[in-house]
Order: sequence, then structure tokens, then C-alpha cells
Amino acid sequence: MIALTNLAKSFQGLPVLAGVDLEVPKGSFTVLIGPSGCGKSTLLDVITGVCPRDAGELSWEGRPRQDLRDAAAYMQQNDLLLPWRSLLDNALLPAEVAGRDLPAARRKAGELLVRMGLAGFEGHRPHMVSGGMRQRCALVRTLMFERPIILLDEPFASLDAITRRRLHRLLLLLPTDFGRTILMITHDIEEALMLADQLLVASPSPMRVRGRWRLAQPKPRRPEDPELLRIRGEVLALLEDAEGGA
Amino acid sequence: MRGPLATLAGLVLLAALAWELPVRLLGTPAYILPAPSRILGVALGRWDLLAPHAAVTLLEIVAGLALALGVAVPLALLMFARPAVERLLSPVLVASQAVPVFAVAPLLVVWFGYGLASKVVMAAVIIFFPLTVSLLQGYKSCAPAYRVLFRLMGAGFWATWRRLYWPWALPYFFGGLKVGVSVATIGAVIGEWVGAQQGLGFVMIQANARLRVDLVFAAILWLSAMGLALWGLVGWLERRVCAWRMPEVGGAE
Repeated sequence: MIALTNLAKSFQGLPVLAGVDLEVPKGSFTVLIGPSGCGKSTLLDVITGVCPRDAGELSWEGRPRQDLRDAAAYMQQNDLLLPWRSLLDNALLPAEVAGRDLPAARRKAGELLVRMGLAGFEGHRPHMVSGGMRQRCALVRTLMFERPIILLDEPFASLDAITRRRLHRLLLLLPTDFGRTILMITHDIEEALMLADQLLVASPSPMRVRGRWRLAQPKPRRPEDPELLRIRGEVLALLEDAEGGA
Repeated sequence: MRGPLATLAGLVLLAALAWELPVRLLGTPAYILPAPSRILGVALGRWDLLAPHAAVTLLEIVAGLALALGVAVPLALLMFARPAVERLLSPVLVASQAVPVFAVAPLLVVWFGYGLASKVVMAAVIIFFPLTVSLLQGYKSCAPAYRVLFRLMGAGFWATWRRLYWPWALPYFFGGLKVGVSVATIGAVIGEWVGAQQGLGFVMIQANARLRVDLVFAAILWLSAMGLALWGLVGWLERRVCAWRMPEVGGAE
């Protein structure tokens, strides 16, 4: 389990995280939803150690840590593929940097690319394939970190609705088939309702966690599920209330 | 490519005609302004004289290029890795470029002698600046999100340099190299003017003293051809190394 307790961060006296408390159970898919500019990216920067926190506790599997730098992989809206490398070589990058056995890593990356629907495109460079394919490759690279936690920062925000829905199906494999613990940040409610085991709502900046739902519905889910529609209403009400209160 | 090349050839031919005709009609003496046909005749006809000197100048340029690379590549890296060094050195570098090459050429000949060395240093002094600046610019243009990605992978500076910064900066590097090789001839020739026993610059000085203006122009023609050839070579290398920059097809949706 990832546990954040009273996590705080300010930039030049301006509070961005105002005591964030949240727990991500091991093997769960937790989605944190919040308005744009609520401090989501800062939260991930603190968790990954890109910038240090001012106060609060962070732990993984009960052990307190400075950050999750060596336990987490990170995927963002921008695929960050290296344009001079083929898709396969991009996927291999984490194994290469970590100095892992390359032939084995190559086999594994190849299998993952096939699994993510990129069979036959392993040798293509990123500019030769679509945005959706690039994000799938970025997802494979994220898995190739071979770390128990995956942090997702609006990974599909720049994709069209149909491509995004296809990729959601692949994301659902991460906890079930690959045993990863997921913390995803998004401002897309529909996305959150389709994916989350636990749904958290963040306040506008400075960020706090204001609401929490457990979603036990089996996946893949239907958007018209009455229970999901009810939760959707509650989440929207909380988000709008937060806007008004800000 | 064929289109622009044909247009260029046409323009050159037109310019040559606009030069050739008045010279012939007015009967201008060759020691003041020789006709292009005469220059071309000397450039090709006296290859036995020009080629050995051109080889010397080319050697000076290539050696200067190697020396410049040896300085620019570590220097740009140091300035990138240590911003304090960059702040310290950039004013010095810019000031060094404000000094006219002519002013230091005699000094370099005094320090490095009348042989090849002074010309090699001269060419290197001219080339290393665009190389350093463009490489540094290339390193700095790398998007921060990529650096974060590499840090999360646990990559140290050298692992990141090899896999991210260097390939990222390569197109900039080649841009600087193109500028460098095209101006390198200046350094070598100035060095030869100040004091040399061989090289195209030496040929020009000697020919000028004897009013062999056609030979001066012929040497210039050889110099230009060498500059163009080097530029083309760098361009060819760039297309091979940075093939990833040239998209072959549109996205496959």
C-alpha cells in the first residue's frame, strides 16, 4: 500500500499541496480526479522525488520513504518516446539503463508490444505510427521499468475518445495481469468511473482529498450502470461545490 | 533536388555570361579582370600547380576541424554539465569571436611557425566557436520531461548523455559543423597569407604580386569547390546519422 499522510508543498510561499491524505491499496487501481491546475502534477513530482516535499509522510508497504523514485514508473500525457529509436528500442530503454540482461529484456519487450497490439510495428520509429500507438509503446516502456507501482498523469489526454476507450482496456490489465499498483490522475470523470477501484476527488489548489468512493463493479464496466451514474452525480456535485467554494 | 540544382546551374551560367560579355566587348586586360572562361581555363589547365597546394590547404582545414572538435565537444559538455562554467566562459567565448582573425594571424605564425601548425590552429579557432555554441544549444534544448524520465529510470549523467543529450543535440551539432567547414577556408587562407611556403593562400599571394589575377581567381574557385565539397560531405553524413529526423511517410492511423 502507498500511504500519503498530510503531504504539503509550497512554491515561493504559495501552498500547492495543503495536507494530502490518501491510501492506494496494493494491486488496486486508484484514480484521483480533480479540476485543472489543482496541483495534481506537483503531487506526482513529490511522490516521484522530482521535487522534495515540505512536510508530511510517505510510505510504501509500511516503510516510510523519501519518495518512490525506485519503486514507481511514471507515464504522462506526452509519450516521451525518443524519435531516433524504434518502438522496440524505446521499450527497451529502462532495461538498458538498469543494466538488465538485454536478450531477455528484448524478448519480454517484444511480447509486451504484441500484447498491446503493436505486432509488426516493433521496428517503426515513433513518427511513423499514430498517437494511440505511441502511447501503447509508452505503456510498454512503463511496464519495462519492472517496478511495482505505476503512476499515470492524464496519460491519454491528447487522444481521441475512441482510441482512449481502447487503451482503457489495456490499462485494466495492469493490476490484474501484471500485478501493479496504480495511482492515476485525471480530470476526466468517465475515464475515472470506468477504471477505478477507488475514486478520490481533489479540491482546487491548494490540494486536499475531499471525497472517496469504493467501486466494486466488475470491469469492463458499462457507462450506463445505475450505480456508476449515481456516483458520477455525487462526484460532479462535489467538484462543482469545490469550484464554488474556491 | 533536380529542380533547384538546374536553376542554380542556370543562374551561375547567367552570371558568368554577364561577366564574360562586358570583359570581352570592352577588352579589359586580364591583369585587371580576367574573363570567367579564362579563369576556368587556368583552374583546370594548371591543376598540376594548384592541386598540390589545394591538398595542403585541405589538410590544414581537416586537421583544424579535428582540433576544433577536440576542443568543442568536451567544452560544450562541460558548459552544459556545469552552468557555472558556462556563465564564466560564455563572455570570454563571445569576446574571442569579436577579435578579428587577421589581428591574431601574425601572432599565431610567430607562436606556431611558418609550417602547417599555425594554419591548423587558425582554422580551428574559427571552427570551434560555431561548433561549441550549437552543441551547447542542442544539449539545452532537450525537454525537461525527458530528463525526468531518465532520472526515474535511475540513469546517471553519462547514461543520460549517451542515450538522450548526445542524440538530441546531433542535428544542432551538424548545423554548427556545416557553418564551421564553410568558414574554415578563411582561417587556413589567412594563415597562408601571413606566412607560408605552400597552400592556395600562398598561391594567391604569389600570383597577385605578379599580376596573375586569373590565377588568383582560379585559386578562389578551387577554394570554393573545396568548401562546397566539405559542406556536401557533412550534409551527407547528417542525412545518414540523423535519418530519424526525415519522416518517410505520414502517420499510420
